[in-house]
Amino acid sequence: MSGSATELLQPHLLAFMGTGLLVTLRIAVLSILFSFALGTLIGIIRYSKIPGLSQLAGFYVEALRNSPLLLLILAARFVIGGMKPVNCVILAMTLFTSAVLAEVVRGGLASVDRGQWEAALSQGFTYVQALRYVVLPQALRKMIPPMVSQFITVIKDTSYAWVVGVEELTGSGMIILGQYGSTAQFFAVFGFIALLYYVLCHLLSRLARWQERRLAWLSY
Amino acid sequence: MDRFAWFKWQALFRDWELFAEGLGRTLSTSLLALGLALALGTVLGMLGTSPWRAGRALNRGYVDLIQNTPLVTQVMFLFYALAHWKLYLSAFAIGVIGLGVYHGAYIAEVVRAGIQSIHRGQLEAAFSQGFTYVQAMRYIILPQAAQVVLPPLTNQAVSLIKNSAILAMISGWDLMHTGDSWAANTGYYGPAYAVVWAIYFALCFPLARWARRLEERVARARGGEVKAA
Repeated sequence: MSGSATELLQPHLLAFMGTGLLVTLRIAVLSILFSFALGTLIGIIRYSKIPGLSQLAGFYVEALRNSPLLLLILAARFVIGGMKPVNCVILAMTLFTSAVLAEVVRGGLASVDRGQWEAALSQGFTYVQALRYVVLPQALRKMIPPMVSQFITVIKDTSYAWVVGVEELTGSGMIILGQYGSTAQFFAVFGFIALLYYVLCHLLSRLARWQERRLAWLSY
Repeated sequence: MDRFAWFKWQALFRDWELFAEGLGRTLSTSLLALGLALALGTVLGMLGTSPWRAGRALNRGYVDLIQNTPLVTQVMFLFYALAHWKLYLSAFAIGVIGLGVYHGAYIAEVVRAGIQSIHRGQLEAAFSQGFTYVQAMRYIILPQAAQVVLPPLTNQAVSLIKNSAILAMISGWDLMHTGDSWAANTGYYGPAYAVVWAIYFALCFPLARWARRLEERVARARGGEVKAA
């Protein structure tokens, strides 16, 4: 096959890649939002040592985060099923990421000195109030950098969605390469895909580094 | 219909050798890739703390590019790029190279942070004794950094084992691919994925626990140091 890279600058091809990018963003944003909520809840349950419930949360965390994400995506698609493939991917990524985030939340909470609890409770705060107003805000400082780096992983891992036929960014590129596969086009397509991921991840890691510096200053 | 019916499990256990072969492939891929990642990561991590500007630039470029693009995209690139130039490597070799390069970038960061955690005075003391940069690294800094980097390196090994499932996307006949194609042939997805999950869990969970134990030990040791300083 021969063909120049400029041959790829057709509206329908660019629109096709754009649609792929939107699918990638949709999976990433929804997975991040859902897993943040679920992960925080499970992390708090793990931390509060409620008999039974805590152990259950522990099993959830270990079972999910010690499994390849690819396996969870395939299981969501072929064992659970009954949903559009893209929703299977979002479900699998939410479960996997919530397990990772739960550990981040638990670690963050555990890093807050016990004395802070005692001080808050002695001032008449209830358990929930002490958690909400005293402990969580301090834990958040420790939690933000590892959380953001996990969110970057989520953006990158959306590329697994292609395995169940979801045409996200990487998949769209592969489909285009099925038709336009000269050396120049090959590098143009991969370069373009890599650049888009790079920009997305970089924006987030910039944010993480900026937060880290801000929070390092705040905590002393 | 019952997704986990007993006869499906029986069918799976009759074919246990297939799964054992897949596990073997997963283990050999992971071990070789880990070796490659350690070699790349140590060299590039050291370059990141080196006095040479070009070395530091190489470290930044490598880590930045590899960490900010997906493993799937990198492996697909390798897969198609090599075929493009009529270089027909096996899926196994592509997996080893792809995983090695990907985790090498993470290990480079671990090594760099480990070296930087060792007090700068150690390096100056070595220089004052006539050590070259490479000698100071070899005999003074790296042995001390090794203790600090062991827990994050173990975590990298865990994540490498999980990521080795990527072989399933390039027909590498690892555990994930074997389980998936067995499931697709028989239609018995439930037991196939459950067994594959259990094997990955049995590999990753103990390693991850060990990493956490090491982490706590290092934190205690270094916590003492900080207070003394």
